[in-house]
Amino acid sequence: MIKNFLYETGRYLLFLRRVFSRPEKWRLSVRQFFVETEKLVINSIPLIALISVFIGAVLVIQTSNNMTSPFLPKMYIGYMTRESLILEFCSTMVCLILAGKIGSNISSELGTMRITEQIDAMEMMGINSANFLVLPKILATTILNPLLTLMSFIVGLLGGYLIIVLTGMIKVSDYLTGIQFAFNGYYITYSLIKTAVFSFIISSISAFYGYCATGGSLGVGRSATKAIVVASALILTFNLILTRIML
Amino acid sequence: MITVRHLSKYFDGRPAVKDISVEYMPGQCSLVIGASGSGKTVLLKSIVGLLEPEEGEVLFDTTVFNRLPAAEKKKIHCRMGMLFQGSALFDFATARENVRFPLDFFSQMSREEKADRVEFCLRRVGLENIGDKYPSELSGGMQKRVGIARAIALNPQYLFCDEPNSGLDPQTSVMIDRLIQEITAEYNITTVINTHDMNSVMEIGDKVVFIYKGEKCWEGSRDNILTSDNRNLEEFIFASRMARELKLRYGNGSPSQD
Repeated sequence: MIKNFLYETGRYLLFLRRVFSRPEKWRLSVRQFFVETEKLVINSIPLIALISVFIGAVLVIQTSNNMTSPFLPKMYIGYMTRESLILEFCSTMVCLILAGKIGSNISSELGTMRITEQIDAMEMMGINSANFLVLPKILATTILNPLLTLMSFIVGLLGGYLIIVLTGMIKVSDYLTGIQFAFNGYYITYSLIKTAVFSFIISSISAFYGYCATGGSLGVGRSATKAIVVASALILTFNLILTRIML
Repeated sequence: MITVRHLSKYFDGRPAVKDISVEYMPGQCSLVIGASGSGKTVLLKSIVGLLEPEEGEVLFDTTVFNRLPAAEKKKIHCRMGMLFQGSALFDFATARENVRFPLDFFSQMSREEKADRVEFCLRRVGLENIGDKYPSELSGGMQKRVGIARAIALNPQYLFCDEPNSGLDPQTSVMIDRLIQEITAEYNITTVINTHDMNSVMEIGDKVVFIYKGEKCWEGSRDNILTSDNRNLEEFIFASRMARELKLRYGNGSPSQD
């Protein structure tokens, strides 16, 4: 098992070395970056927005139900919703969801290209296929997914606001006071850094398993599953490590 | 010219191809035939550098290709074109973009020159009107022809075709064979074709190499393949009922072309 782990890690590092080499043509790689940005980041906006609005609303309801003591000011509901969103949900939970969405997208796309010999065709032309196909995906997600985190944070707070307006469980002014109370800007930095690291893990791990897929369509399915499982496990591990280091 | 010397490739310690030596000449269609799993594709991929052979060497003219550093290999790759078994057209690109792909990477042409070259290549394979279609919108024969157009876009010196007729009807197969033969003669390309289609052998096989269980079993031309006394080759050629009946009718000689 340890031997297998070391072997896979070595292959992954060699793969990354090929990915992070100098592009053959910068112009084509930049164009590919924008294509991947649309496919992997912009197309994820509706899903992240939908989940965030509901999670924001649910956090408000749950916090409210657990703060029945009359000695606790109601504005703490807004404060705790904000802290939960920014510290954990908008980075870790969103990235776990993205591991499923864009992780399977990347690994199945590259896996299909591998088994239909499209990657071989690029190599035959003398093109570094790992660099051309994978680098724009990694850069697009690592650089731009933190913006999804910010969006998720704002939409999550909006979800909380909407549920309060719709149900009247607390005063809107209490909620608005709470989400501004004792705001620590460093938490935003912490959340953005976590998202960037997790996005790198998602895109590089998924690309690695897709790029190395073998065994026909079943192999593509296996590589997609493995990519999501490994990426999710690494996200949880690095969440612990980064939290220990940064907080 | 391509020279293969004592090439062997192993998977999990078992030889997929073993001690193969062969020469492929410019302006000729050299066919590698053999049953499925005999090692044809492994041999071809070892020649073009998609697989690293454990033993032996591959020479492109006088350069030992398989021992070159990656940067030097790339220069020779730019002089190769390859048609894959499943065409291997890029799904994300139209036929026109597929043909332009190698030009975008490796040519110094202007945009207009590239567009002209793409149209020329598509016209050369008889597909001038399908440039805007995606591979999924094309028939198998059309995909193969776009694959050929992409392979010749950079004016290659060497053309490799892996099972160019697989999955095609006999008429389309003949059309693809003739197209490859014409292009080979027209540009004096060294062409290597993997096939198990005996019709291709008789149509365009200037040189034929028969691989049996990973080893070179026979080498000759289409003119003497039917009269060979190699038992494995005979079993391969006359495996089908039609071939056996033709043999009974015409003996060991090939039927007249008239």
